[in-house]
Amino acid sequence: MQQSQTTAAEMAATPVLSISDLRITLPEGADRPYAVDRVSFDLFPGRILCVVGESGSGKSMSANAMMGLLPEGVRAASGRITLGETDLLKLPEEAMYQVRGRRIGMIFQEPMSALNPLMRVSAQIEEVFEAHGLLGPAARRARALELLTEVGLPDPERAARSYPFQLSGGQRQRVVIAMALALEPEVLIADEPTTALDVTTQAQILELIQTLQRDRDMAVMFITHDFGVVAEIADHVAVMQLGRVVEEGDAESVLTRPQHPYTQKLIAAIPTLSARGDTAQARAPLMTVEALCKTYTLGGGLFRKVKRVEAVKDISVTIGRGETLGIVGESGSGKSSLGRCLVRLQDPESGRILLEGEDMAALEGKALRAARRRVQMIFQDPYASLNPRIRVGRAIADGPIAYGTDPRQALERAAELLEIVGLGAGAANRFPHEFSGGQRQRIGIARALALEPELIVADEAVSALDVSIQAQVLDLLAELKQSLGLTLVFITHDLRVAAQICDRVMVMQKGRCVEIGTGAEIFETPKDPYTRSLIEAIPGRAYEAGRA
Amino acid sequence: MLSFIAQRLVKAVIILLAITVMNFLLIHSAPGDPALVMAGEAGEADPTFIADLRERFGLDQPLYVQLWRYVSNVAQLNLGYSYRQEEPVLTLIAERLPATLILSLSAFVISLGLGVLAGVVAAARQGRWSDSLISAVALLFYATPLFWLALMAVLLFSVKLGWLPAFGYLTVGSDLTGLARAFDIFKHLILPATTLGLFVMAVYVRMTRASMLEVSRLDFVKTARAKGLRPGLILRRHVLRNALLPVVTLAGLQAGQLVGGAVLIETVFAWPGIGRLMFEALQARDYNLLLGVFVMSAAMVLLFNLITDLLYRVVDPRIRLTS
Repeated sequence: MQQSQTTAAEMAATPVLSISDLRITLPEGADRPYAVDRVSFDLFPGRILCVVGESGSGKSMSANAMMGLLPEGVRAASGRITLGETDLLKLPEEAMYQVRGRRIGMIFQEPMSALNPLMRVSAQIEEVFEAHGLLGPAARRARALELLTEVGLPDPERAARSYPFQLSGGQRQRVVIAMALALEPEVLIADEPTTALDVTTQAQILELIQTLQRDRDMAVMFITHDFGVVAEIADHVAVMQLGRVVEEGDAESVLTRPQHPYTQKLIAAIPTLSARGDTAQARAPLMTVEALCKTYTLGGGLFRKVKRVEAVKDISVTIGRGETLGIVGESGSGKSSLGRCLVRLQDPESGRILLEGEDMAALEGKALRAARRRVQMIFQDPYASLNPRIRVGRAIADGPIAYGTDPRQALERAAELLEIVGLGAGAANRFPHEFSGGQRQRIGIARALALEPELIVADEAVSALDVSIQAQVLDLLAELKQSLGLTLVFITHDLRVAAQICDRVMVMQKGRCVEIGTGAEIFETPKDPYTRSLIEAIPGRAYEAGRA
Repeated sequence: MLSFIAQRLVKAVIILLAITVMNFLLIHSAPGDPALVMAGEAGEADPTFIADLRERFGLDQPLYVQLWRYVSNVAQLNLGYSYRQEEPVLTLIAERLPATLILSLSAFVISLGLGVLAGVVAAARQGRWSDSLISAVALLFYATPLFWLALMAVLLFSVKLGWLPAFGYLTVGSDLTGLARAFDIFKHLILPATTLGLFVMAVYVRMTRASMLEVSRLDFVKTARAKGLRPGLILRRHVLRNALLPVVTLAGLQAGQLVGGAVLIETVFAWPGIGRLMFEALQARDYNLLLGVFVMSAAMVLLFNLITDLLYRVVDPRIRLTS
């Protein structure tokens, strides 16, 4: 008994995989010489190491180096990655095939695109055995089915026969996990595996990864930018910034007693779930939505039956002047469709959108153009929402020019707006690609402000941003709201963000409003079971409670 | 699947009739009077003779009556009678169709096969000299006027080297049968089919190359590498299959056009196909024959579109299982 314990402890003390002094060079002309600079960390069996950092910190590069899958032009210049006795950096490509999938498994961020759309799920899992020349065809099929059962797919036989598009995001991520675990690797690399998932699905996948890791005594490197997730699953934490590990230690001490200023900054930037006070003040209504419905019709034609999807069902809500209304819900809940109807980017089926008594849903032509000016939108993807060939100043001035403002004046105003959103007037003459994601979202805000709207609909406006940048953009929005007297409809899937900035929150599910109330009502005393399940699924709640 | 085909066939017939109506109106709004042309050729200018011709061919009827007659004939698969060649239009087309189909399909196979192959090689060697060479050669063929390319091919392979016949479909007066006849046709086919095939090839090279490169950047290719699959297998099973989807669309569009699109090659090589028949009909203002050829090529386009859509359902489960 005594002896077996010692062996277990000894085993745990011997890392399965060690990265020491790893340096990865970037191609010439990159913003820094090294993607990863003298990074060292160890992975132990049965333990989860969370590598945390913002985009560009080098966390994914380290993982790719472990798999020998660095992008073209990027190479490991020095250091060692030892798996057991072998240095993976010195291993010839031929031998790396034996390591990939067999000794190190990998899960990726995007379950939607990580599977080949033209191959059945079972075939894609069987392929792992085929690649390593293991088992016969029948045994491979049987094993694939077992794996699909093990990762908790509801109907494994059906899933095996399915094509990826027939599965939901969470189900696909389970398939990817099954694939990564097929050959029982010693090491599992999970690169932001839950970032693209809804909060309830994320909770399930995290639990699955933990269970499998414990059962198999696997070493896991879990890459994430979300400290909530870290609090939920990490044994060890390594914090990366600009290619270096700035802080490392066991989860408990890094989370509760962060030493490095960067770690402290990251943790401080996490929005807390506690709702803001002073929210239930009486406000004059700016927009009143009455029984709004939006239905999409798919397919249809001369012979085919039309398929109808009810995206927004019978939504009624009043938005007060100066208020921030949050709309939260999981993907497919209809929150974006509702937002797009509010600015009339989409035409609602029925119902009214009264903007100070005038029904926007019924307006056409000139009257609609006039009303549109009062309601503007900020989009989710700061990369896709700016035309890459148009200078930033011009992109901002375009709206006012279309409404008849003198171009010179409009461009001057654009420069002022760029000043207001903190980019400086000089930004006007540059192109979108010269800016980072956070800066582009500032440009998006300046663009929305250019028409001097009264209401701004922000659709997942901070979702694509790193947590510290997210905090800056949220601060900017709050500031502008105050100084310009704006009303804000803030659409998000992130309940923490909603709690931080919204006066009232509406929870949507399958096109319907399940609950609406002040932030305190929703987050502290949620009435609807769906709202409760959303809140319970948020990772790191216990940690947050401890922090407060 | 069967109901899908049935629906598409019904749609195709409706479209075909609409095209027939449009073609009919277009041709009849063009200047020129077939009765005058025929009378001129017969050396007659007697108004009663011309009126007689008009009456015989129904040209004295109001346009809508002529249109109605024509369309209802087409609906019964009757394409009318060519008064210039004195034979039913359908017979004339049926005589020429095999030659055109042999030529077009061979050219199609050559262009698609070589194009996809070259595109795959170019993508696999992206940025190296072989990539540039493939793109340059393909573009050269595409940028060269087709008739010039054809003439040069004749000069080199027929006149100078004497390897291949310079024109025609069969050796005149050879009276061959069976295999010998097939081989004779094959020998005649090589030059026109290769010339046409090489000309069209560039489109497939570029499409395949671009599509391969795009697909190889997708996440599931990285997944495949992380599984430990070898590059060759990843290329074939994951990249190529996905990259061919847009190529199928393009091939379908091209295949439909081939029947009507071989006019130049058929003229240069004196190939007795539909293209030349159309050219002759045009010169002679042979309305019925011209319209017949148009109806035929429209039908071919529709047919190949249908085949493309069916093929798409076979290769892409997302389309097969959601519609």
